[in-house]
Amino acid sequence: MKITLKIKRFNPEVDKKPHWESYTVEVEPTDRVLDALHEVKWTQDGTLALRRSCAHGICGSDAMRINGRNMLACKALIKDVAKDGVITVEPILGLPVVKDLIVDMEPFFAHYRAIMPYLVNNDPPPERERLQSPEDRARYDDTTKCILCACCTTSCPSFWARGEYVGPAAIVQAHRFIFDSRDQAGEERLRILSEPDGVWRCRTVFNCTEACPRGIQVTKAIGEVKEALRTGVIR
Amino acid sequence: MPQYHQFDALVVGAGGAGLMAALHASRSVKTAVISKLYPTRSHTGTAQGGISAALGNLEEDHWEWHAYDTIKGGDFLCDQDAVEIMCREAIDAVIELEHMGLPFDRTPDGRIAQRRFGGHTNNITKKPVMRACHAADRTGHMILQTLYQQCIKQNVTFFDEFQVVDVLVENGACNGVVAVELATGEIHVFHSKATLIATGGFGKMWKVTSNAHSLTGDLPAALLRRGLPLEDMEFFQFHPTGIYKLGILLSEAARGEGAVFINGKGERFMARYMPTLKDLAPRDICSRCIYQEIREGRGIDGKDYVYLDFRPEVINRYFEEDGNPKRVDAHYLEQKLPDIIEFARVYLGVDPITQPVPIQPTAHYAMGGIPTTNDAEVLADETGRIVEGLYAAGEVACVSVHGANRLGTNSLVDLVVFGKRGGIRMAEYAKQASFRPINRDAAAKEGAAQLERIRNSNGTERPSAIRKELQALMDDKVGVYRTGAGLEEAIDHIRDLQARYQRIRIDDKGYKWNTDLMEAWELGNLLELAEVTAYSALWRQESRGAHYREDYPQRDDVNFLKHSMVWKNGRLEVRSKPVRITRYAPEERKY
Ligand SMILES: Cc1cc2nc3c(=O)[nH]c(=O)nc-3n(C[C@H](O)[C@H](O)[C@H](O)COP(=O)(O)OP(=O)(O)OC[C@H]3O[C@@H](n4cnc5c(N)ncnc54)[C@H](O)[C@@H]3O)c2cc1C
Ligand code: SF4
Ligand code: SF4
Ligand code: FES
Repeated sequence: MKITLKIKRFNPEVDKKPHWESYTVEVEPTDRVLDALHEVKWTQDGTLALRRSCAHGICGSDAMRINGRNMLACKALIKDVAKDGVITVEPILGLPVVKDLIVDMEPFFAHYRAIMPYLVNNDPPPERERLQSPEDRARYDDTTKCILCACCTTSCPSFWARGEYVGPAAIVQAHRFIFDSRDQAGEERLRILSEPDGVWRCRTVFNCTEACPRGIQVTKAIGEVKEALRTGVIR
Repeated sequence: MPQYHQFDALVVGAGGAGLMAALHASRSVKTAVISKLYPTRSHTGTAQGGISAALGNLEEDHWEWHAYDTIKGGDFLCDQDAVEIMCREAIDAVIELEHMGLPFDRTPDGRIAQRRFGGHTNNITKKPVMRACHAADRTGHMILQTLYQQCIKQNVTFFDEFQVVDVLVENGACNGVVAVELATGEIHVFHSKATLIATGGFGKMWKVTSNAHSLTGDLPAALLRRGLPLEDMEFFQFHPTGIYKLGILLSEAARGEGAVFINGKGERFMARYMPTLKDLAPRDICSRCIYQEIREGRGIDGKDYVYLDFRPEVINRYFEEDGNPKRVDAHYLEQKLPDIIEFARVYLGVDPITQPVPIQPTAHYAMGGIPTTNDAEVLADETGRIVEGLYAAGEVACVSVHGANRLGTNSLVDLVVFGKRGGIRMAEYAKQASFRPINRDAAAKEGAAQLERIRNSNGTERPSAIRKELQALMDDKVGVYRTGAGLEEAIDHIRDLQARYQRIRIDDKGYKWNTDLMEAWELGNLLELAEVTAYSALWRQESRGAHYREDYPQRDDVNFLKHSMVWKNGRLEVRSKPVRITRYAPEERKY
């Protein structure tokens, strides 16, 4: 089938401001939007810039706004997103655009690093593995799936309004450790998240959960962190 | 003016191998990691099924069994001392990962859960053994995340989205690398005492592949240009279960949990070929059996694919037939294999819980690569001479622990064991060595010249068209089945593509985030590696592991129980070196 891709373009070496360009490509309905973008890049206009690697929704490189919603281009199938044969593609919002679909991810990763995204356990490690019951392991399973794609954070109205807000992805990452029975820094992370630009900026709008390509219950995780802060109990 | 940096130790690549090396090296010397992808985008994150170690958490197991299985799986081409190191150290490595916080699945009593995987056996009963430690079917994701988290904790220095274009090898020693900063197009010279290459695989020379777009073999190609050899390049693994046409991997963990192959007649055909291990036979064998079925008209509807069936009732029926008391249900499978079930749903529109999944073999893993010692030191030739200050680990390296065919789960083991050994060894070296002088401007100029040539090339050929032709050619002539005549044709064709590559044209002449330019440069690397792959395959006149020559269908231990080493100095040259054998004598491979 033929589809039209409307892509928001910006080349910092040429353009003063972004503009839209349209391309018509021949694709299969079951192709990925990423395939269509490659078709443009490889056969019509090599200057189109985007990040991508794995092409099956695991590396987290190609978050973009497709028909107004954040998705991974490699996980969005043409048949599911094309509206009357048209697909609009633009960079994710809330991070500085560097070129075409590429944004500066550093502010996003700075928030991630701020919540101590690593296991802290100061006891001398045992000879073998630390034990963890299947129930304790299941407690934080959902948030271990995060691939740091930024679909959630860049769909969040609170983040758009204020870039200092840590954002849902960083809270998801904090949740992964706070609720890990082996970790000992939960309280410190909670303290970080109780600051003005922490978890309370979340207005529970659920955009993030809808955007997450890994199906993580983002808003639920945020709620659990809020609950831990409110009650002072991690469980 | 190029930017200039100096570090005792440099790690190129931020996948499992690179991060493991960086964690260990940075404990004692000034270290930096350079990666063309943001670290968590590395392909290690896509690894699904597991990482093997003879923990014996669920049943009797021994590292010696793991070693024997690895060597037999590798069709006796593995260097056995290296395999023994890997399988022995795998146990501590997995424990180390757990201590770092890796969220492994757990047994009821809280220990690391393990599952069955192809070719891993109880050496006494010959039956599959539970050896693969896993976190659902995202084990690689969890390894990559955990190692990166530890790097943040330890404050490791990163140069993210910097692409290395040249390795400064001169007079038998390495003094660093030249990289381009993707965001700006600026050239950076990194001067080092020790450099470790961990850039992963290079499967993008094939069309149907499980490999990421970024796996283009940049560094092995750079070393070839610098006059260094590559080892065992003819051995590339085709994983039996790629999603039909797309090549996206469905982990062997599916079969570890009981899934079976089914042909167009509804038969579980692996039972016919490999009566003991059946669907859990090693990958090279399964891939050939699938094509055998297809060739004999038993593909699905006579077409070029078969089914991977993991509907619970089918799994349970064959468990019962095999006398295995285990039973599964939909809930259990969704817990154990959530990602691959989703892949089938998203990309094929097939629900594996209620429908069989169309699959075909997919180009997956490079057994060959940069030759190294057991401490990740890069070898300059077949005599064991090393390149001072140069190291390699992970999929890009050839130690060789995988021989002619890697067993599932053994790459992740390789990454952590040899990544760590390499990191420790390079730091020891850097501590006592001093910086060798380099000519920064000349180094930068040479690196930049490679890119400028492409930027300014005013031909008519589109790089994407050449790449497409290369990939189709490799699928066709340098795939699961090979012949001498086909390989000769492939080499001629690749050389033709190389000539056309000299006449390319790109659209983007800019500097900032010029992915048009970098893709074109990467294509040059794929063409180099494709040529040496086909050439080594032509040289090896036998069939062993993943390398199957229809004109030489037998393994030939008399003439070919040896590793190939290929050079490209003007013209191609293959030499060889013996396989190191400790205690496992070559025998016929039956399962
Ligand atoms: C789908 C899939 C599933 C798999 N499942 C398993 C499994 O269950 N068990 C198992 O043992 N193995 C598995 N494997 C194999 C295993 O995942 C890989 O072999 C392994 O992860 C490779 O790791 P690495 O560290 O060597 O390289 P990678 O993780 O590929 O990392 C390469 C790094 O090099 C960098 N790089 C590359 N070129 C350059 C350059 N020019 N300049 C700078 N940086 C560069 C990249 O940015 C990246 O950081 C699987 C592989 C695939 C594809
Ligand atoms: S639920 Fe909270 S974090 Fe998520 S989008 Fe809404 S405000 Fe943002
Ligand atoms: S929570 Fe989901 S959307 Fe947010 S970064 Fe992680 S994977 Fe992406
Ligand atoms: S390319 Fe990896 S997530 Fe889309």
